[in-house]
Amino acid sequence: MWNYTDKVKEYFFDPKNAGVLSDANGVGEVGSISCGDALRLMIKVDEATHVITEARFQTFGCGSAIASSSALTELIIGKTVDEALAVTNQDIADFLGGLPPEKMHCSVMGAEALRAAIANYKGVELDEDDHEEGALLCKCFGIDYGMVERAVRTNGLTTLDQVTAYTKAGGSCKTCHEKIEEALAEINAAMVAEGALAAAEAFSVGAAPSPKAPASPIVVKKPGTSAPVQVSPLAAQAEKARPAGLTNLQKITLIQAAIEDIRPQLQRDGGDIELVDVDGDTVVVKLSGTCVGCQMSSITIQGVQAAVMEKVGRPLRVIPHTALASA
Amino acid sequence: MTAVTAAPKGIYLDNNATTRVDPRVVEAMLPFFTEQFGNPSSIHSFGADVGKAVRWAREQVKALLGAEHDTEIVFTSGGTESDNAAILSALKTQVGRNEIITSAVEHPAILSLCEYLAKHEGYVLHVIPVDSLGRLDIEAYGKALSEKTAIVSFMWANNETGTIFPIPRLAAMAKKVGALFHTDAVQAVGKIPLDLAQTEVDFLSLSGHKLHGPKGIGALYVRRGVRFRPMIRGGHQERDRRAGTENTTGIIGLGKACELALTHMEEENTRVRALRDKLEQGIVSQVSHCFVTGDAANRLPNTCNIAFEYIEGEAILLFLNRLGIAASSGSACTSGSLEPSHVMRAMSVPFTAAHGATRFSLSRETTEAEIDATIAAVPGIIDRLRSLSPFWDKSAPQAESFQPAYS
Repeated sequence: MWNYTDKVKEYFFDPKNAGVLSDANGVGEVGSISCGDALRLMIKVDEATHVITEARFQTFGCGSAIASSSALTELIIGKTVDEALAVTNQDIADFLGGLPPEKMHCSVMGAEALRAAIANYKGVELDEDDHEEGALLCKCFGIDYGMVERAVRTNGLTTLDQVTAYTKAGGSCKTCHEKIEEALAEINAAMVAEGALAAAEAFSVGAAPSPKAPASPIVVKKPGTSAPVQVSPLAAQAEKARPAGLTNLQKITLIQAAIEDIRPQLQRDGGDIELVDVDGDTVVVKLSGTCVGCQMSSITIQGVQAAVMEKVGRPLRVIPHTALASA
Repeated sequence: MTAVTAAPKGIYLDNNATTRVDPRVVEAMLPFFTEQFGNPSSIHSFGADVGKAVRWAREQVKALLGAEHDTEIVFTSGGTESDNAAILSALKTQVGRNEIITSAVEHPAILSLCEYLAKHEGYVLHVIPVDSLGRLDIEAYGKALSEKTAIVSFMWANNETGTIFPIPRLAAMAKKVGALFHTDAVQAVGKIPLDLAQTEVDFLSLSGHKLHGPKGIGALYVRRGVRFRPMIRGGHQERDRRAGTENTTGIIGLGKACELALTHMEEENTRVRALRDKLEQGIVSQVSHCFVTGDAANRLPNTCNIAFEYIEGEAILLFLNRLGIAASSGSACTSGSLEPSHVMRAMSVPFTAAHGATRFSLSRETTEAEIDATIAAVPGIIDRLRSLSPFWDKSAPQAESFQPAYS
């Protein structure tokens, strides 16, 4: 079963603002039954103040889709439509205390429905500044360039897998991977030009996957001291080219802080955790004490991943150092 | 973190995923951890007694399968290993034949192996479709068979719907062209009577934990006279067909589980079947817009798969779980993939229903009170989720009026 936060469960089992809003003056509908999730967002906007006074939803989907929809209504009620437009999928995920990476597309669906509802209220064509017809990237899930672009920009995505996790694009027949990769490269290149992304992190089509650092020496930690951090040699190159956003050092500091927050919890059970390496978006940790061989250790790793992503605010993968050694 | 948490309480209707180990199985296994710890290959009495127990276990597996010889049973780590060992061996012993035939609804243990062999090792793969009830397209199978066929692999019973394939007939067809025939029978063994000696099946896979035995133990049946090349090489265990010191506790457990399965076979096909039918009718008669998937007339006695339209399976499971009822779903969201189950898609179950397909799988431990409680719980959950669904309005689907598209 998914590792949902209590907030997700609360908003799934007892969703707020579910149902039809009969006097809505803005309606946004996204998704489809074949995709496995769909959402109708209904908003009532005060014509004089442009404040969203009511919002309701109907959702077909899994637990996190229903919780994301409900969270969205809570986030936008009381905001003006222009304020509401600033709400991103990350805000929805944050409101819920985080979502599993594979479920981020549920929050993206919420953000897309919000855009559609506000456009409907304003009476504008939604696609006015989008790309031409036929810019559908993923036919299976009906995902177009605009949606991929928004997800990539909002969440700083740089790999095909991330795009699939956040938008579902490319998650089915996989024939569109080339188109998605091209789109991702284009969007990343634009982000680099704007200073929103480090050149070294940007995706480029056809580039071989970055060579992995040789199985990094495992840093043995003395009790009571904080773990030395092994920085990948590749990180140095990324560092030079980084114009904005988090520097590698800042990122590692945040990761280290997130791990320090978790340690007391593990130590109570006779275990411990330390940071071994950070290589791009991969965080290598070492579990010790009773964590070693514990059947719950994969759950622990998932929990660490959620905590680290929350702190750093971008998708990261946490793996145990043993996985690195055997790879 | 190693502490065992309290056993979850509730109604367990996910027995096709795994079963509770029967306490009598545990009891049979326990001495083999401590007193009877010897290596069955050893000459001294520590080993010899264990060797005797392993022979007893092999006899039980043979009896449950209706096999002719106990030497046809090879103990493995489970269904997946058995599947891999059978197919890889068949390809090695049939040089000159380079085609594999399987079905669209197989377990990943078969499908992903076959797809790998086709993609990376140059074998030609024929995937035979099924109809809307999950029945194999036997005509297409007949056309795919040829002198080039090395191995045919069809499951005996489907894990999601319980639909049973006519394995004896399918095996006979394979023999006509000289191909080897394997069946993944992990769901069938222990639930329906088998009489392997009367069939032309060459290989059969089974798994301990699907029949109230332990996890990590299974067996591969290899018909006497069928040439075999081991996947795992090393010592002389299992007559050189599967190296590695025997998992003696697992083997004893599997033996006991097979013995018990045989004694409960009639109960499985009477009392358990009646409970399954009661559950199914109880739900279908109360809930609109749902239907039973698979071949209702020809399926395992314990399995019931109901597709609920216009709602999504993970949401159903979460609500069931909150009431202490454990079931499973072919929905995309529960697996982390983005597509509903390949079995539902192969059966052309419409997307409106495939995402809401929910499997209830019973066992001999299931009680009538549990079934009554489940029948009472399901309609409310379905109503509640449909009240949230944009495809549903006051007891009727609204799919036509809701036609969203991504912007």
